[in-house]
Amino acid sequence: MANDNATKLSKNLLRMKFMQRGLDADVKKQLEEEEKRIISDEHWYLDLPELKAKENFIIEERSFVPCEDLVYGRMSFRGFNPEVEKLMALMNKNQADQEEEEEVEDISRMETDVTDEEMARRYESLVGSMKKKFAKKRERSNIEDEDVNQSTTVTKVKKVFLKPQD
Amino acid sequence: MLAGENMLRSFKDEIGHVLLPGDAFLFDLPATDCKPGKVICGPGLRRNGDVILVCKSGILRHKMPNLFWIDAQQRRYVPAKGESVIGIVTGKSVNVFKVDVGGSEQASLSYLAFEGATKRNRPNVQVGDLVHGQFTIANKDMEPELVCVDGGGRASGMGVFGTGGLLFKVSLGLSRRLLAPHSEVVKDLEGLFPFEMVAGMNGRVWVKAQSMQQTVVVASLLESCENMSAPQRKVLFRRAAARGGS
Repeated sequence: MANDNATKLSKNLLRMKFMQRGLDADVKKQLEEEEKRIISDEHWYLDLPELKAKENFIIEERSFVPCEDLVYGRMSFRGFNPEVEKLMALMNKNQADQEEEEEVEDISRMETDVTDEEMARRYESLVGSMKKKFAKKRERSNIEDEDVNQSTTVTKVKKVFLKPQD
Repeated sequence: MLAGENMLRSFKDEIGHVLLPGDAFLFDLPATDCKPGKVICGPGLRRNGDVILVCKSGILRHKMPNLFWIDAQQRRYVPAKGESVIGIVTGKSVNVFKVDVGGSEQASLSYLAFEGATKRNRPNVQVGDLVHGQFTIANKDMEPELVCVDGGGRASGMGVFGTGGLLFKVSLGLSRRLLAPHSEVVKDLEGLFPFEMVAGMNGRVWVKAQSMQQTVVVASLLESCENMSAPQRKVLFRRAAARGGS
């Protein structure tokens, strides 16, 4: 390494990131092109014409479920198992909904779920209470009457340490 | 056997007719639309190049817009993807249960394929339990795989079910009739006493009623209504309902 006056650095070393920061844009482009040429010579590829996959018009389907629109497997009669009856209603409603999807387009509400308005109301109060929980003691009094929709912001003067005048 | 032009008939003429294995059909494209129509072959039909071959004997059925299948009688179940079945757990392995579904080989059910199961939280399944699950992988080249959880990670009724009750085997046609939408058999069953039932597509049905006697009554009713016509079945069910409820 100490033989030449200007030490000859290997190509790999020159290709490293810290050696390339000082290069110009042109030199960088040249290096990249050289690399691409090296890769394309060694890169193996098949010399075949482009094949298009044949489009199949006949699709094979092995299951009976789409053929006969079979319903959900668990059933309960006359209230023997109320959970299963709830499940039945749910799964068969999904199936019926899927069939009617093309005809009716409305937002279906499930009876057991919370409605959107209730959810928004719940979140409004939740955000306020969580914010209060994590606020510092001095800022907690500022948060007292905060309404998200109000545009006027009440800025209270933050109490700062006053140096005692000697 | 060469299939000449005169042997290849149109599919649509044969809807509702009995077909035998070896019948071949040429698929005729409705070439008027810009997109060529696709045909979906259901169970009992196979594709051989551009020709559709029948491989089971039965009646050809059709569903709009382009679904055809053969309605046939069978007792032996062949696993198919997406079907929900009842399986019996026969063994435990490292992180997989071996489940017997009535097919040619046993299906595997991963420990993590239950709702709320993690590596630390193993599901509570013993050898001999009944599980209700769906196939995710089921073809002739690989071992079938079951899961007891749906796409969203919820159980939706799958998994280990019920203590007690009775498991019995019916033909595949009857189990399909039980699961058909607006099924006549189900409507007749509602007129009996309260009970619950799980029907798997592999021909296995599990029934549980309030007393052992009622359970056995329902099981024998279902097994016997295989070959009955609708009026005969209604008479039988009415008699059972009148006598039952004890």
